[in-house]
Amino acid sequence: MNERIIGQVRRVNGPVIEAMGIGDARMLELVKVGESGLIGEIIKLSGNGATIQVYEDTTGVAPLDNVYGTGRPLSLELGPGLLGTIYDGIQRPLDALLALSGRFIERGVSAEALDRTRLWAFEPRVAVGDEVSAGAVLGVVQETSRIEHRVCAPPGVSGRLVSVAPAGEYRVDETIAVVSGPDGERELSMMQRWPIREPRPVAQRKPLDIPLITGQRVIDTLFPLAKGGTVAIPGGFGTGKTMTQHAIAKWCDADIIVYIGCGERGNEMTDVLNEFPKLVDPRTGKSLMERTILIANTSNMPVSAREASVYTGVTLAEYYRDQGYHVAVMADSTSRWAEALRELSGRMEEMPAEEGFPAYLPTRIAEFYERAGYAETLSGADGSVTIIGAVSPPGGDFSEPVTQHTKRFVRCFWGLDRQLANARHYPAISWLDSYSEYLGDVRPWWEERVGPDWATAREEIMELLQKEVRLLQVVKLVGPDALPDSQRFVIEVCSMFKNAFLQQSAFDDVDRYSTVEKQLRMLLAIMAYWRRGQEAIKRGVTLHKLKRVKAVQDLVKMKFTIPNESPEEFDRLMARLERGIDQLEAIYA
Amino acid sequence: MRDEERRVLMSGREYVGAARIDGPLVFVRGTHPVGYRELVECVDADGNVRLGMVLDTSDDAVVVQVFEGTDGLTMPGTRTRFRGRPLTVGVSDRMLGRVFDGLGRPVDGGPAPLADDEPDVNGRPINPTAREYPRDFIQTGISVIDGMNTLIRGQKLPIFSGNGLPHNELAAQIARQAKLRGGATDFAVVFAAMGVKHDVARFFMRSFEETGALDNVALFLSLADAPSIERIITPRTALTLAEHLAYDRGLHVLVVMTDMSNYCESLREISTLRGEIPSRKGYPGYLYSDLAELYERSGMIRGVKGSITQLPILTMPNDDISHPIPDLSGYITEGQIVFEREMNGRGIYPPVAGLPSLSRLMKDGIGGGMTREDHPHLASQLFAAYSYVKDVRNLASVIGEEELTPLDHQYMEFGEFFERRFVNQRRDEDRTIEQTLDLGWEALKLLPAEELHRVTDEELDAYYHGNGQS
Repeated sequence: MNERIIGQVRRVNGPVIEAMGIGDARMLELVKVGESGLIGEIIKLSGNGATIQVYEDTTGVAPLDNVYGTGRPLSLELGPGLLGTIYDGIQRPLDALLALSGRFIERGVSAEALDRTRLWAFEPRVAVGDEVSAGAVLGVVQETSRIEHRVCAPPGVSGRLVSVAPAGEYRVDETIAVVSGPDGERELSMMQRWPIREPRPVAQRKPLDIPLITGQRVIDTLFPLAKGGTVAIPGGFGTGKTMTQHAIAKWCDADIIVYIGCGERGNEMTDVLNEFPKLVDPRTGKSLMERTILIANTSNMPVSAREASVYTGVTLAEYYRDQGYHVAVMADSTSRWAEALRELSGRMEEMPAEEGFPAYLPTRIAEFYERAGYAETLSGADGSVTIIGAVSPPGGDFSEPVTQHTKRFVRCFWGLDRQLANARHYPAISWLDSYSEYLGDVRPWWEERVGPDWATAREEIMELLQKEVRLLQVVKLVGPDALPDSQRFVIEVCSMFKNAFLQQSAFDDVDRYSTVEKQLRMLLAIMAYWRRGQEAIKRGVTLHKLKRVKAVQDLVKMKFTIPNESPEEFDRLMARLERGIDQLEAIYA
Repeated sequence: MRDEERRVLMSGREYVGAARIDGPLVFVRGTHPVGYRELVECVDADGNVRLGMVLDTSDDAVVVQVFEGTDGLTMPGTRTRFRGRPLTVGVSDRMLGRVFDGLGRPVDGGPAPLADDEPDVNGRPINPTAREYPRDFIQTGISVIDGMNTLIRGQKLPIFSGNGLPHNELAAQIARQAKLRGGATDFAVVFAAMGVKHDVARFFMRSFEETGALDNVALFLSLADAPSIERIITPRTALTLAEHLAYDRGLHVLVVMTDMSNYCESLREISTLRGEIPSRKGYPGYLYSDLAELYERSGMIRGVKGSITQLPILTMPNDDISHPIPDLSGYITEGQIVFEREMNGRGIYPPVAGLPSLSRLMKDGIGGGMTREDHPHLASQLFAAYSYVKDVRNLASVIGEEELTPLDHQYMEFGEFFERRFVNQRRDEDRTIEQTLDLGWEALKLLPAEELHRVTDEELDAYYHGNGQS
């Protein structure tokens, strides 16, 4: 890279550096500061001055240190070798840094994002003479045992193929094809670069009507998320944002997972690094790490790299989407990203808006979530990027700016509830505050693929939960004994639904993941109990006796006892439930 | 010549006179290019050297925060030297058994210990791939911690307390009793006091003395009468020593930091003086990042024997857990032990609030082979039942206890037993994990078996119906 001196440091204030003597710098140009080459980005130009945000610790940087321009924006290296890797916020591979600088991250170390020495078995899918345009699949590489990496022509390339490499092993930066286009010949390798702040182009956007199945019952059944959709998970500390994100990252039916640890704990990333390689994807039987890319910018790593990390993550996701994959991006947590914006804005002495956040916060949030979507890619395949953003509202108060602005731009909201978390009801997703606007969009999918009675059963239970709220208010005033059995039965069924259905253990081998079939069967079983129980109570059976029926007690434990693979056991359970209640009715009615 | 080398050569220069002195900040003009966060020596008119750090540097002026305060400095008489390197502290295992000030200089009358290494006090972030995930159970002998909010070696678990609550007693008891099951280990305690009173510091010293552990303790005291700015550097000095002991000497280090609220106040003071844009309650926008720099300096590293376990203590202003200090801490630390004034009023020690307390690393450190196989389900069941007790108590306060159903009465009894027998213990009582778990089952026996959804039938057979080993 031809680096040139573009100016000198004038002032250092934390991660923000002001430079002077700037002649030919570009906005958002990647720069290196000082002799140790700290990586930064130009975020403001005025006269002959520039403001630079530096992605590394600026200790020791002094006025008059040189600033070098690289002539290109902050971009990612995209190509085979991304999967299974852990990067920091500006795509430095942490494994390579470990080898270079040991257990602590030193300043000014840099490593290639993609391993230049590794050979990949490339198989061409095009021939000399073919006309190719942006997005065309030039060839494939088996990146991991479950993901075939499709090497596509980068956006902006079109023309006739002059040469194509034969099948064989190549390094990522070797030329594998030459395209002759209107602007002359262009050599293509398996690797391409893309600026992180610019969305990658698609042919067209498509409606979102396929649900992203997460295996988490409260999500899939009550508040479903669509592939290509956006969702926010807000919750105070200890309510289980990270646990929910981990559960989705493990079990959802996306092809690729990009997990962004943005300003969170170091040990959480270590946990993912330890656990994912050992876990097996129930759909493919392969290790979960083979579909996962991790971005770790923990809370003690430089704050500006935290700002960049969400863009890095979503750009990686778009790259795999363009190959025709469904990608889920977990951003944990977007509040830390917003706070990084606030910190940088404060250091630049910008006029603050709400709670010190810059006035452009909503714009940035909107831009970020808008990079999600279900699209027809340039090559004509279908791919999607789903964004699942955790929000950490201060004091657990959802009225703060980041939660409020996020709510404007996402269509699904899983609010985590402190009360539920305190009772160790996980996932602590509140059934009263949460919503999903994708409900109508994914309904046909559920009814066609899983069962025609899904939507009605779901509506019924939601209505019961609302009814329960009103009844509980009465109970709070006069005690449960004052209610007739028919009304106490509503509370009983809701409490069973919460215990048996909504609560899901992330640590139980059977319960941690439920197929859509199992979810529906469980829901129908509980609704059957509701219908039969109501009738029995009308006929004079007391609630006390009803609760003692063995099959009813087994309903509570069905999530543990009936594995995903044997839905037929539900038939037996339902039959026993019917029989048990029939017997009661025979005695009392 | 490299920039850094040039600056080290320039460090011999001395600048006479300050452009402005404002609180702990000294502004110097017309210097050579000075590096951000460089170590500064300010010499006052009497020739005493005070240490400081560069907070802001530009071609025009340099802002220095002076850790020992600016009392008595004069504008023309102040001489400033920029050392060309960041603030470092000499560390060695000979520092155990000694008492230091916030900058690591001995205050116990002894000579300065010979340093083996002199690292930057600001530390550097641990590469997440170098970390070892903590999963070793530490038995503290305190039921509510061991049973419900288990402490794991390498964890950062703060105590969220309030003024007048026994957080110091609990921290001292944990420091005394903490042990790994199955064997003695090389341990050390690093104690950082920020803005606490002399008698609190003395309480901790006496407590360490009584157990004969003082030789394994290094104390860094920046007491209430020391300049408030010194508190900013105190935890960093202490953690720098802790890192040396843990990662270079292979010791298991427990770091007690008290009181984090005082640390944050000092941070706010500096921020306000510099005219920075405040975020919540006047605290700077970077409070989260700054606290994270401290709290994240804990954990274990692959292939290294030692570990750092942090036990920060913070008093919640007005017992408000949503105040920025506990709130931001809770987002960084791996759980929290929350104290409740009402429990304390009822004479329960430790007054740990059952529901808001949490240990995030507990899930991987308990169960068969680590504590006992019934532990995870038992803890979950106790939480669920205790949470229901809270609801029943609210109900009882409205409709009166007599009106409760028989089942709710059983829950009330359970709640009473749980608080009085399980949580409550003597200040010198050291319970084994088995005693703790058995006590938990004893509490659950007050409830009918049908109510216990979170334990398995086998566990019920073994521990509840009592035909098992317990």
